Amino acid sequence: MIVEFGNSIDPDVNQRVYEVAAAIERASLPVVQEVVPTYRSLLVRYDPLRASFGDITRSLEDLARAGTVGTGGRGSRDQQRQLFEIPVVYGGDDGPDLATVAQHAGVTPGEVIAIHTRPAYRVYMLGFAPGFPYLGGLDARIACPRLKTPRTRVPAGSVGIAENQTGIYPLATPGGWQIIGRTLAPLFNPSREPPVALMPGSFLRFVQVSSREAEDIERRVADGRYEIPTRRRGF
Amino acid sequence: MIRVLSPGPLSTVQDQGRFGLSRFGISVSGAVDAHALTLGNMLVGNPANAAAIEVTFGGAEFQFATDALIGITGGDLAPALNQAPVEMNQTLAVIAGDRLTFGSVRSGLRAYVCVAGGIDVPPTLGSRSTYLAAGIGGLAGRALRAGDELPVGFNDRPLHAGRRASAALVPKYGSEITVHVIAGPQADQFTAKGVETFYLSAYTVTDKSDRQGVRLDGPAIEAVGGRYDIVSDAVVTGAIQVPGDARPIVLLADRQTTGGYPKIGVVATVDIPLLAQAAPGTSVRFARTTIEEAQEATRRAIAELAGAAVEEPVLHVTNLVIDGSPFRLEMAVPRQATSQLRMTVVADGRQRIVGASSA
Repeated sequence: MIVEFGNSIDPDVNQRVYEVAAAIERASLPVVQEVVPTYRSLLVRYDPLRASFGDITRSLEDLARAGTVGTGGRGSRDQQRQLFEIPVVYGGDDGPDLATVAQHAGVTPGEVIAIHTRPAYRVYMLGFAPGFPYLGGLDARIACPRLKTPRTRVPAGSVGIAENQTGIYPLATPGGWQIIGRTLAPLFNPSREPPVALMPGSFLRFVQVSSREAEDIERRVADGRYEIPTRRRGF
Repeated sequence: MIRVLSPGPLSTVQDQGRFGLSRFGISVSGAVDAHALTLGNMLVGNPANAAAIEVTFGGAEFQFATDALIGITGGDLAPALNQAPVEMNQTLAVIAGDRLTFGSVRSGLRAYVCVAGGIDVPPTLGSRSTYLAAGIGGLAGRALRAGDELPVGFNDRPLHAGRRASAALVPKYGSEITVHVIAGPQADQFTAKGVETFYLSAYTVTDKSDRQGVRLDGPAIEAVGGRYDIVSDAVVTGAIQVPGDARPIVLLADRQTTGGYPKIGVVATVDIPLLAQAAPGTSVRFARTTIEEAQEATRRAIAELAGAAVEEPVLHVTNLVIDGSPFRLEMAVPRQATSQLRMTVVADGRQRIVGASSA
């Protein structure tokens, strides 16, 4: 079943989605198999052999009535305060479309980087590919249309812009976003628990690093000694 | 161990899928036709989630390096053992060196080679399914290639050949199918005319279909204000998206976890195997159902599987000669039934189990 909270990309709506997701998880309803939070709705997967659509609707309504939703359990709040700092090498081979984005915005490449690294972006949801974050909060000045012809292969870690969205490709895939940089921070690792680095509902900031710093990160990733830096985000 | 001599257009290792990770953007994957995999695993005595080989479009060839008990279910891709046609939906005893080949499609689209013990590749994130887009699971995270060697797991209760799936559990894959649809979360984003078009028209499966979804061609489905996008939300297997070209796509096992197209409906779980087996050119019609009816159908289907899903073989005695002791028994036994056969003989009211020799 899908529980809808709105029909727009809105931080308050998304916040509510994660609060309800956390409340359902805290309640540990035996028939609920999985919850999938997105921008503005929550998919609740349940076992139809043990509960009918009516049963699950009543359970969720009871949860809402008991007032456990929206009180912001510790777990969810901690996650919401997490701010990941993603190291990015901008431009050059790592960001072949930086000049295009700058030209479209009428600013210098340096200004694109300054604008892109400023906000704390909300991870509204993960989707499209393992660990792919849908981020909100891109400065409208550097919004840019997609490529006319998508690339057949975008390297893993590529940081891109498409219209008013920005995101990171966790895996090498075909893609049509304007690529302005690349991170070596691994976002998807199937042998780790959890397998993705960014948690839905958390925040991230892009931090510009030099090629030399990126090489150091690459070595540490290879040795299994790298963790994406995180901070606690103040409200 | 099973050696891949040729994978055909696409063969992959699949179990029932990788569940519980959708929030991370990780697709479910798994057998597109979950029913056929379950049935095959039941035949050979595996848990329903054991991994098997999913063969698409035929043209594949495998060689067994060890004796094994197998069952082939799903689409009829003209399977043959050492070039002799074999029956589907029953257990077959193969011996080391046997070659299993698939020809071309006779009906359906995807066949499952289930082997007692299962395909024993290491699980990734709790599943042996191949997730092609992410390059994980199955054998090295990719489609099978000629020369690959697939390990077979241990099976501690070897069953015999000739076990047959109950005919009621073997679907007929026609060139015209009707699937039942529950109204989707964005059904109201389509005009009354659009919804009517969707339920009254026949749509044709195109060759752009794959493990991610069945792409259909047919009359355009009109959306309110011509809007064929939504703020992305979660999708499920069977969801029917209508993108900007106004033609429906039914999502299958390798679907992404979220989608940005409005969903006019969701195909009932019990009918997904029909779409999983719908080759390009198949005509598809959509019929309305309710969530209650669809869930009741799922419960019934599971109860049927739990009931008399498999018929044990009956051997026909053609000639029984008792000339003192020991006696001699002559029977008509299918060739594939002879190895691993255990025979119970009742004589003088006393039951004896005797070994069988394959003549």
